[in-house]
Amino acid sequence: MIHFENVGLRYGMGPEILRDLTFDIPKKSFQFLTGPSGAGKTSLLRMLFMSLQPTRGLIRMFGRDISEIPRPELPLLRRRVGIVFQDFRLLDHLTTYENVALPLRVRGKDESSYKTDVLELLKWVGLGERINVLPPVLSGGEKQRAAIARALMDRPEVLLADEPTGNVDPPMAKRLLNLFLELNRLGTAVVIATHDLALMEQVEARRMILSEGHLDIYD
Amino acid sequence: MTEPPSRNPEKASAKIQQKRPELRVRPTAPILPPSNIQGSALMVVISIMAFLACLTLGGVSMVRSTAASWESQISREITIQIKPDDNLDMEKALTQARDLALTFVGTKSGQIVDEAATARLLEPWLGPGLDLKDLPVPRLVIITIDESNPPDFDSMRALLKDSIPQASLDDHRTWVDRLVSMAHTTVMIGTGILLLVFTAMVLTVVFATRGALSGNRHVVEVLHFVGAESSFVATEFQKHFLKISLKGSAIGSALAALFFATAGFWQSRTLATPETDQATALFGTFSVGVLGYAGIFATMIVIALLTTFTARLTVMRTIYEIDTLRSDPTRTDGIGS
Repeated sequence: MIHFENVGLRYGMGPEILRDLTFDIPKKSFQFLTGPSGAGKTSLLRMLFMSLQPTRGLIRMFGRDISEIPRPELPLLRRRVGIVFQDFRLLDHLTTYENVALPLRVRGKDESSYKTDVLELLKWVGLGERINVLPPVLSGGEKQRAAIARALMDRPEVLLADEPTGNVDPPMAKRLLNLFLELNRLGTAVVIATHDLALMEQVEARRMILSEGHLDIYD
Repeated sequence: MTEPPSRNPEKASAKIQQKRPELRVRPTAPILPPSNIQGSALMVVISIMAFLACLTLGGVSMVRSTAASWESQISREITIQIKPDDNLDMEKALTQARDLALTFVGTKSGQIVDEAATARLLEPWLGPGLDLKDLPVPRLVIITIDESNPPDFDSMRALLKDSIPQASLDDHRTWVDRLVSMAHTTVMIGTGILLLVFTAMVLTVVFATRGALSGNRHVVEVLHFVGAESSFVATEFQKHFLKISLKGSAIGSALAALFFATAGFWQSRTLATPETDQATALFGTFSVGVLGYAGIFATMIVIALLTTFTARLTVMRTIYEIDTLRSDPTRTDGIGS
């Protein structure tokens, strides 16, 4: 589904921070992406989201070489990828319901066509009673669940999560992990970038470890 | 009196759940946060620009209509002037000149300005009780012409010169040409001011849009991550600016319309006073008519559309720049996500 081959990345004239990355993200797979702070996890996630171009190498997303995709087509391809951030990135003036419905709204869908789905998804992530609440009022865990629900709203084929448990306590981290596992069971490939060892120890999953620009994979 | 609590807790809980109202979703809020101080400032700027644009438009149309009325009044008549000469029978020459002029197609009537009327014309300079026989004063014949089908002035001038060498024809062309050029100059100045106003407004909107984009950068980022296309983001900003510009231009145009209505009302109430006569002579009447108000309305729409179009183009361009910077790791001036 996603294929990286000899991918390298450098910012400006600086040193190469990611070198010769070659790996695949298969369909319905579950993996952790880990490594020390500054190893380039977020940069790699941005490349997986087609938000950052590599300075060398080949990236194929859903069978297409991304260097050959015209810029206006990129948003359409990005819709097949969901992304969750450590800092949630919810819009403070929109309610939980409106934030979660945003991906469908930007696709020009009519509210009547997605309202029930959004409410069901919010119930599934445990926010059924918080639909009209603005993000500043939500707790860290609730915000993260709202961000996950937003990423899942349009049923992406891959979910990328950048430190999804960084701002929540261990019980909530476990709940979120269960949510990701359940999602993976339903068919979505999941990539979780984290340096939370306790979280990784809870699941037997593929580990992609970034260190000094290189990627080692342990299946 | 309140009901006693039920002894069966399961039944009680079911009852509470039944009574709990279903959560209702509020009407969907706009993706861009509602208006802020920046939006209000932009609205005031657009109001002022619209007011100035409508004032210029109304002023130009007033001067044009005044110049047109002067032009029509002057070009309705031509004058034949006959200078006195020792060998010339003035009365005969006047009659001959009038008859000659009236033989041309396009002339309506002719009137010889008699001695008494000529004396009255000269009275402000030479005083009363003037005897024209003592002075070599030229005499005039006024010919009324058909404006829509004027006579051939060159042929008339040549024929008069042949028949009466002392006669000259004044078709007021010099005055009319001056008026026309004055009206054209006024229209050009007005158009220039309108262009300046529109340019200033477009630039203001460009800055405001860029400001709004950087103020709402987090919204643009989130829209990017949920897969929004640039055109969608541009449409959202466009809606935001359309509301602001419609309000702003409506206020400015309404104030301009009120100004013209008030000035027209003041002029009609103070007719025949020296101040009004002076103002009327200089600027014409303050009434801009139905066409003028239609022009003000059209200006309002043009300003709203111009603002919206500018905002859309600026957003599309800025998003393209942001996207390029964000995706290109070789650009260190980039904006990290």
